[in-house]
Amino acid sequence: MYQYNEQDQTLIEERVTQFRGQTQRFLNGELGPDEFRALRLMNGLYIQTHAPMLRVAIPYGLLASRQLRTLAKVARNYDKGYCHFTTRQNVQYNWPALEQVPDILAELAAVQMHAIQTSGNCLRNTTSDHLAGVCVDEIEDPRPYCEIIRQWTTLHPEFAYLPRKFKIAVSGSEHDRAAVQLHDIGVYLVRNENGEVGFRVLAGGGLGRTPIIGQTIKPFLEKKYLLSYLEAILRVYNLLGRRDNKYKARIKILLKETGLEKFTALVEEEWSRTRDDILVSDEQILAMKAQFTPPAYDASADADASFAQHLTADSEFAKWFKYNSADHRVPGYRVVFVSLKAPDSPPGDITAERLDALADLADKYSFAEVRSTHRQNLVLADVKQADLFPLWQKLAALKLATPNIGTVTDMICCPGLDFCSLANAGSIGVAKEINEALDDMDYIHDIGDIKINMSGCMNGCAHQSVGHIGILGVDKKGEEWYQITLGGSSENEAAIGDRMGPAVAKNQITPAIINILSVYVQIRLEDETFLQSVKRVGLEPFREKVYANH
Amino acid sequence: MPIIKDQQISDNTWSFVADDAPLTDGNITVTLNRWQTEKQALLQRSGSIGIRLSPADSVEAVSADLASFKLIELYFSVFSDGRSFSQARLLRARYGYQGEIRAVGHYMTDQVFYLKRVGVDAFELNNPKAIEHAQAALNDFSVRYQASSL
Repeated sequence: MYQYNEQDQTLIEERVTQFRGQTQRFLNGELGPDEFRALRLMNGLYIQTHAPMLRVAIPYGLLASRQLRTLAKVARNYDKGYCHFTTRQNVQYNWPALEQVPDILAELAAVQMHAIQTSGNCLRNTTSDHLAGVCVDEIEDPRPYCEIIRQWTTLHPEFAYLPRKFKIAVSGSEHDRAAVQLHDIGVYLVRNENGEVGFRVLAGGGLGRTPIIGQTIKPFLEKKYLLSYLEAILRVYNLLGRRDNKYKARIKILLKETGLEKFTALVEEEWSRTRDDILVSDEQILAMKAQFTPPAYDASADADASFAQHLTADSEFAKWFKYNSADHRVPGYRVVFVSLKAPDSPPGDITAERLDALADLADKYSFAEVRSTHRQNLVLADVKQADLFPLWQKLAALKLATPNIGTVTDMICCPGLDFCSLANAGSIGVAKEINEALDDMDYIHDIGDIKINMSGCMNGCAHQSVGHIGILGVDKKGEEWYQITLGGSSENEAAIGDRMGPAVAKNQITPAIINILSVYVQIRLEDETFLQSVKRVGLEPFREKVYANH
Repeated sequence: MPIIKDQQISDNTWSFVADDAPLTDGNITVTLNRWQTEKQALLQRSGSIGIRLSPADSVEAVSADLASFKLIELYFSVFSDGRSFSQARLLRARYGYQGEIRAVGHYMTDQVFYLKRVGVDAFELNNPKAIEHAQAALNDFSVRYQASSL
């Protein structure tokens, strides 16, 4: 993975010094609350219901084991002993003390980590495919381009005070695992008819109150123009994006109000004047690729026979293998998912002890690296098949081996009313209730690939509008109610889910979900996934069942 | 009130004349609107002339007149309006303006490093007590990523 040079290190250390000064000036009364708010947000610091919340960047989801240990140390020494992985591959602490945040940032800087631009109306962390570099369907590894974009976006002087937040995602594979179409800018690595690899650039996607799927504004961009094209989009947005209403300030609204054709023309016009100002050279790309070379794989890894024996002999191991591991491009290796969706734990949460233990497992079994996924799980990307059985045993002992990746209990969930000052309704409690109602693992495996996304308010941090089943918490006269949508997706066939009907009361949301699942089991054709069934039959059969008693 | 010019504290020899106020002697800045409506009268004065751009003003609209201006003020009505950053960048990089670009109005001393990097070389501060912090903040960072910025 990318290793900081002296310049990278100096920059994040100077950022800590700067923020320490800003915090001090705020505490001394020299910096007003509005000013400090903007500055602290761009250092990842929110003020929440109970305490500040600090969001730490994990660029494109890649973590070294020593960084994992620092995250554990921060959780232990500055928080309540745990942290929360987010839908943009970042990590959040819910209980830091404002005065201690500069010290936390200094601890992070010591292991090449930071919280720069993880919030605020600026260029956010660039996200990517958690299977980058190891998956079987890759055109090219997106991470070198992610790192080029990370550096370009970090402390960009022109685009630090945008109309609204701005998120970029890059994917290099056939299968989109990074929700690329739901980002302000989405970038796909593609091959053109001449066999050259370049970028397809999308703009104007985004979730939140008005979920919109991004549209292609550049079908094929030569690699050298990556940054000049991003700059052109950002300049058009910075100058023309709406600043009068924060709910209409995202680039998706600018694109919608301007129209795709005119917006594209504006970007092209701007780009035509600056396209050669910042070229990404072949040498730069090669140097960056050298930072992401494959680890020293064992060429005889697939000769191991113990793995096959365990698979036959131990059905629990076989289940875990089926759901929590994925194909690897190197024979004899698997990608292992570490489930942060144990039934009794809030989705995405992990304790300091488990982080430390996982760092040890990464050292032992996966070249000292871990990845975070946008569905709030972790990944050990390079595990030899001979190591799968002992790794499973150790993960199971840590309660990190719930065999539910991609199933109904692998829910995406925001912190909700329990922590967030924006939330209208609880989400963690509902996730727990759904988990308790779905305690039969065989049933969960039978219903298969269903993505439930649940947000406690319409800001949509948990991407509910693109969940196969989306749950949105709303406030009705001081009570928590829940709207349900069906048929959304954040993958290649990206779609915004359709609303089923009126919101249901809190004591009805779990029965409603159970009913939706039972309708699916009744109506599905052979091998038909939930999403396919919804597309075939529409919402009516689900409505009939859910609202039967209303 | 002193200003920061080229990182040093220096005297301010300019004043802004609002649209409803009579023109004065000396070095003055006016709004884009006044410049466009009273261009001839403004050019016939003895003092130097500058323009004050608001965030919504198009830089392109004055691009043909830049040789007339000794000073361009970028006015912040609120610190969070980042259009001024792109205006400065366009003035320097696209239109080659080499005169003084000064940040005025409601911005934070914590923004001067970025402003310097997009081409702003002078700073008028509403709070004179903040001048020392602003001067120091110009050098918050000794390194940078974006090779293309000024």
